[in-house]
Amino acid sequence: MSRLIIDLIARATWETTIMVACSGLLAVLGGLPLALLMVAMRRGGLMPCPPAARLLGLVVDILRAIPFIILLVILIPVTRMIVGTSLGTAAAIVPLSLAAIPYFARIAEVSLRAVDPNLVDAVRTMGGTRWMIVRHVLIPEALPGLVAGLTVTLITLTGASAMAGAVGAGGLGDLAIRYGYQRFNTQVMSLVVVVLIVFVAIIQAAGNALSNHLRHD
Amino acid sequence: MDVNVVDVRHVSRRFGGHVALDDVSFSVAKGEILGVIGRSGAGKSSLLRCLGALDRPDAGQILIEGQDITTLPQAGLVALRRRIGFVFQHFNLLSSRTVAGNISLPLEIAGVPRADRPQRIAELLALVGLSAHGDKWPAQLSGGQKQRVGIARALANDPALLLCDEATSALDPETTTAILDLLAEINRELGLTIILITHEMDVIRRIATHLVVLDQGHIVENAPTLAIMGAATQSAVTEALLSETQPQVPPALRARLVAEPAPDGWAIIRIRLAGEAAWQPMLSLLGQQYGVEATVLQGGTTEIAGQPFADQIVSVTGYCAEIHDFLTQFDPSLKVLGHVPADH
Repeated sequence: MSRLIIDLIARATWETTIMVACSGLLAVLGGLPLALLMVAMRRGGLMPCPPAARLLGLVVDILRAIPFIILLVILIPVTRMIVGTSLGTAAAIVPLSLAAIPYFARIAEVSLRAVDPNLVDAVRTMGGTRWMIVRHVLIPEALPGLVAGLTVTLITLTGASAMAGAVGAGGLGDLAIRYGYQRFNTQVMSLVVVVLIVFVAIIQAAGNALSNHLRHD
Repeated sequence: MDVNVVDVRHVSRRFGGHVALDDVSFSVAKGEILGVIGRSGAGKSSLLRCLGALDRPDAGQILIEGQDITTLPQAGLVALRRRIGFVFQHFNLLSSRTVAGNISLPLEIAGVPRADRPQRIAELLALVGLSAHGDKWPAQLSGGQKQRVGIARALANDPALLLCDEATSALDPETTTAILDLLAEINRELGLTIILITHEMDVIRRIATHLVVLDQGHIVENAPTLAIMGAATQSAVTEALLSETQPQVPPALRARLVAEPAPDGWAIIRIRLAGEAAWQPMLSLLGQQYGVEATVLQGGTTEIAGQPFADQIVSVTGYCAEIHDFLTQFDPSLKVLGHVPADH
């Protein structure tokens, strides 16, 4: 195997890591508050406002319903505005994050809803404010589930980042398309697939380990 | 001036057309243990939620240490809730925090400085007998230990009032005894006022000094526990609740009971004696003075709210008016349940 191919794969792996990590981080920063809002505004929640909860849910679902490949294309002007270009790793982070935020929001919502409402009542009886309930009850109690949800999100992002390669995003997907598919280079194609399998397996194993470490029930 | 810790005045609470509480009034003096008992749906939970300021009543006032909690703004409520400790049926401990972390939470909420927390947590752990368990996770504890953590957590901010919501209903009998003993000890040593909400008469008998019986949102009894238990007549609801823990005529004998005295038969009577009278050798005296035989069929002498209390089903031979008069000197509420004719 040539030195060149190894360098190509190493570089592409690094680019994929950056894209997945950055858009994963943005998915949490954007998705968790959305999930908290959806849970808090439900009937009987911390600040009940069911119509707003339904509206928010609708927006999240619309974003999730758009196929990622379409999102990639329609976001090109937005990406140009934010990053200055629609090509490369940094540019791919914009559509990836926008797809991952509603995805993670829904998964996080399920974990947050599973927190025993009696625990919320318990902290209310101690004189806890809404913010204290979020900080001391909802997030810590849901944390193992949130980590498991983030693991799923990161793996989905890995797949999506390969698709972003189709529009010039860089990373392992880009490598597989340009070298493996367009040049019929079976060796590169197979290697990229093996690296992706290991990549996904590592994320899953790390996510499981962290989630179990945080779970005390 | 003697201010009651809790004053509930004409409180009503409705849910749609359903009346959960209807004109409920009672008060709790400092250091009392008030038991609130009722069947499910009697309004216990609604009362508890109102007392804990989780819900506002539709009408009436609830005064905690003289402060009306039904009109307090949100900010005042947050401060007030720190004066009330809650103990829950299902413990409601955070699984994401250790035992010490759970006890620390109300301190953090009340703004106790980080440096002062460890000492307070150690004191509380010692008080509930869990000093060695501070670093464990709630999932590693037994039910009784979890409830001890729940109690320690409820006491963290030196509350004026401890509200216990079916605190022992999820525990086995042995653990129930241990938890009730702990509550009684805390009541004695800290002079803490406690309200126990329960459907178990046994819990009331053991530690409640005062008793409120709720039925369909109304208060049907409100008096010292001993007075209610020893009263000649009780409301039907109270009687039904009491019958679970009171001695009963053995079923085989009950089938043979007749209303009229029978020659050579026995009378079956129910004797209840509260306070020091419970220790008197009444049945021996009866035998010596009248030459009749008296046998305790069921029951005995126990303690209610720290006072001796005898509740017995007794059979007496040759029952007559003089014997009845002799016995009613001791127990004016004595009841003749029936007579058993002689066997032949």
